[in-house]
Amino acid sequence: MAAEEVHHVALTLRDHLPVLQILIPFCAAPLVVLFGSRTLAWPMAFAASGLAFLCSIYLLMQVIDGGFISYHLGGWAPPLGIEYRVDAANAFVVFLISGIATVVLPFARASVNEEIPQKNHTLFYACFLLCLTGLLGMVITGDAFNVFVFLEISSLSTYVLVSQGSFTDKRALSAAYDYLILGTIGATFFVIGLGFLYMATGTLNMADLAGRIALLEDNRTVQAAFAFIVVGIGLKVAMFPLHLWLPNAYVYAPSAVTAFLAATATKAAVYVLLRFMFSVFQPDFVFGSLAITWIIGPLAVLAMFIASFVAVFQNNFKRMLAYSSIAQIGYMLLGIAILNVNGLTATMVHLFNHGITKAALFMAVGAIILRTGTTFYDRIAGMGRVMPLTGAAVVVGGLSLIGVPGTAGFISKWVLVQAALDNGWWWMALAIMLSSLLAVVYVWRVVEALYLQAPSDDVVHKEAPLSMLVPLWIMAGACIWFGFDTDITLGAARTAAEGLLAGSAGMAEISTAAAQAAH
Amino acid sequence: MDTNTLIFLAMLIPTAAMAGNMAFRHLPDVRDGFTFVCAVLTFCCVLGILSNVGNGTTEEVSLFEVFPGLDLAFNVEPLGLLFALVASGLWIITHVYGLGYMRGNDEKHHTRFFACFSVAIASAIGIAFAANMFTLFLFYEVLTISTYPLVAHKGTPAAIRGARVYLGVLIGTSIGLQLTAVIWTYVVAGTLDFTQGGILEGKVSGALVPVLLGLYAFGIGKAALMPFHKWLPAAMVAPTPVSALLHAVAVVKAGVFTMLKVGVYIFGIDFLAQTGASEWLMWLAAYSVIAASVVAMTKDNLKARLAYSTVSQLSYITLGMALATSMGALGGGMHIAMHAMGKITLFMCAGSIYVATHKTEISQMQGLGRVMPITFGAFLIGALSIIGLPPLGGSWSKWLLMVGAADAGHQIMIGVLMLSSLLNVAYLLPLVGRGFFLSDAENNATPGIKEAPWMCWLPPAVTAVGCLVLFLYAGALQEFLLPMVGGAQ
Repeated sequence: MAAEEVHHVALTLRDHLPVLQILIPFCAAPLVVLFGSRTLAWPMAFAASGLAFLCSIYLLMQVIDGGFISYHLGGWAPPLGIEYRVDAANAFVVFLISGIATVVLPFARASVNEEIPQKNHTLFYACFLLCLTGLLGMVITGDAFNVFVFLEISSLSTYVLVSQGSFTDKRALSAAYDYLILGTIGATFFVIGLGFLYMATGTLNMADLAGRIALLEDNRTVQAAFAFIVVGIGLKVAMFPLHLWLPNAYVYAPSAVTAFLAATATKAAVYVLLRFMFSVFQPDFVFGSLAITWIIGPLAVLAMFIASFVAVFQNNFKRMLAYSSIAQIGYMLLGIAILNVNGLTATMVHLFNHGITKAALFMAVGAIILRTGTTFYDRIAGMGRVMPLTGAAVVVGGLSLIGVPGTAGFISKWVLVQAALDNGWWWMALAIMLSSLLAVVYVWRVVEALYLQAPSDDVVHKEAPLSMLVPLWIMAGACIWFGFDTDITLGAARTAAEGLLAGSAGMAEISTAAAQAAH
Repeated sequence: MDTNTLIFLAMLIPTAAMAGNMAFRHLPDVRDGFTFVCAVLTFCCVLGILSNVGNGTTEEVSLFEVFPGLDLAFNVEPLGLLFALVASGLWIITHVYGLGYMRGNDEKHHTRFFACFSVAIASAIGIAFAANMFTLFLFYEVLTISTYPLVAHKGTPAAIRGARVYLGVLIGTSIGLQLTAVIWTYVVAGTLDFTQGGILEGKVSGALVPVLLGLYAFGIGKAALMPFHKWLPAAMVAPTPVSALLHAVAVVKAGVFTMLKVGVYIFGIDFLAQTGASEWLMWLAAYSVIAASVVAMTKDNLKARLAYSTVSQLSYITLGMALATSMGALGGGMHIAMHAMGKITLFMCAGSIYVATHKTEISQMQGLGRVMPITFGAFLIGALSIIGLPPLGGSWSKWLLMVGAADAGHQIMIGVLMLSSLLNVAYLLPLVGRGFFLSDAENNATPGIKEAPWMCWLPPAVTAVGCLVLFLYAGALQEFLLPMVGGAQ
């Protein structure tokens, strides 16, 4: 792909967008704590994530048709300095993450008031912003070690956020602790991998790494590094069978946290995995010599079936959605394993579509929790009649999860099946469809519980407040809108996929130019 | 008005009817009157499209480009127009009937019922005017989901079980098989537009053609081809107006309509004939025709018997497509209209009997014909049309199907169709006989039984007359459908 750098002289605000994207939430977080005001915490968090969202829209518009922006932090040229590198792939993910944060925060207000004691609110919003910073940072940066730093920022704040669920259910503490242990193992594996890479190449800039690794493909250290990195990030992705932390973390975290994390955290990790597989290491190396397709592919199919199957037998709405997430991550990984333009497009577009779908569903769960205090099917029975708008949003989100036409989920499934058929894997196409049928079952169990039973008398018979309904329906509406208008989603995903499949060719070229400039 | 505007109006007005239902939920009379007006307007829109057909304004309208070269698009062609006419025309009649039934029977949740009904009609119109398989599939799924609440309407454990089967089979086959087939078609042909003569010739070959056809034939679960027919009897737990319009007209006809569209415009009749890919489907459809008729004879529950009769009649249309001759496809197309008119009459009569007497089993219906002459008279006419006796509409489509079978050189199919007619006589006419000629001591002891309210008996009477009218205008109908198989208009 002919990559061209968007040249800039660091003068205008617009040129600093890549770093502002990170700096805004990063600076807002300590400010929230310093002000220490409960009333100011939420508006500040909302303003910061709103601004970050605007930044991401600008960034995406600049790179959606190809090309990339390279931003040198502090004016230090890569590979010595840290570089932020924005292309269609990560601008798209940044757009998703900051967009979800901006929509979830208004929802969080009522939900957090209900679920978390007031004295913790300030720190909660600060952690939320830090988590946002970490997720955005690990996606936008072009420096491998910087990915680790941001990964840790997001993870540490996530552990805190999950543990906040302990005010409604003490099990949140053990869930957060499990996540802490497994997350740390993942991060450690990742950093060990980076250490190996640094040992073999002497650099940490991704583009620079790519150029040097290309010459070292037979090097055992590089191969070991790849294994460590994939397993480390695989834990964060919740790649089957490294998913064990996910269900409890999602179930016991506060509703707003679950809505945010489910839509963004694993997605950012999937992006990092893609970046390492395709841009840092060469696709030829990863999929040719290491035959990673035959590791990722079967695991993805297992996730699709086993996790969906487990989801069918859950009696808790939130836990069902958590297992469904693991299954849906299977689809994203399958797109990688299929390894053609359509496959990677499917991964990228499903990353987005599944993000908005799960955000809608988990927000609906939050609204139901607000009225019933629980998510067990027998206790939420009939709530669809009591809360018609929330119930309808569950149906819309559920249909998108199944992949019914007219919803966002359909688009990703279509592209994924197309990709499988492009490879001549018709049996895989059938497998994808069959696993969607499991989604029909687990979604319909909730729909039946919500609509076909009489509501019990000991729950509050009231629709959710407007501050919840509006964000909920923005996301549910997005599920429908992106089922028809695919210019942004498919457009960005296809550009991203083509860029990724080209491997590091584009990156290496620029990196030598940058290196020459540095000399 | 131009055709494009009318197409959108024909879909928007039923959607507005849904919104109106919600808005006027506390004013039942306003709500139901509003829906009636919407139904009439929708029918007028479709008539308007019909009157525009000669003007050559049949260009395609596209709303969104969802995938490269794949739009949400609509256009008008004879078969679709026929389906839209049938669905929207019978909606008016069924709405009146539905009011009588729901009120006469003290059913609950009227608003939800009529709102979902309107959405179902809107999606049926969408299916009728879809310009490509992608658009059709979209509305096909909307139709499934919007009719789910109608099947589960009563909320009893039996209704929930029935609705589960309904949704499970329809969504399962459509996503599991049909969608795979659609994407496969798109991958090999690069388009999904309904094109005269098909789009697959030269793109798929050998043993893959019957496999792809199989994915479609079983994937279109709404066509109730055996062994994926169980949803239709299961759907009979729904209130009778739903069984009448949706499970005798809109939903099942959407299925066979899709089947015909796939056969005629995706594969192409000639391509099917050359490759012989549809021969297995012809045998399966023939089996389905006979087997469903035999099962129908064993059912004592009137609606269950009618449901199996529908399964059998739907396979006529699949058979027409699978014969891979122009006459067969035409006969299939005509049977959509003929069977719709006949079967809706039968279902509405079954509902009237239920409203008036709360009887559901045929063995309990002794002597009812004498107190409910209009209902039973209409039932007789509808039954004769289904059997295929002149002077009723059903005779023509069966005639064309037989000609198609002869054209294809499968004379044995003529035998199948004739045998099926005999079976139809055996399972439909006994009810009329019981009603008019047997007397039941128990019924005489309760002389309170009389005709159901006029809103219940008038609609079947109207559609029974419709069966007669269709016999007279069958020639015009055939000429109208001719362009579908490439003939001159």
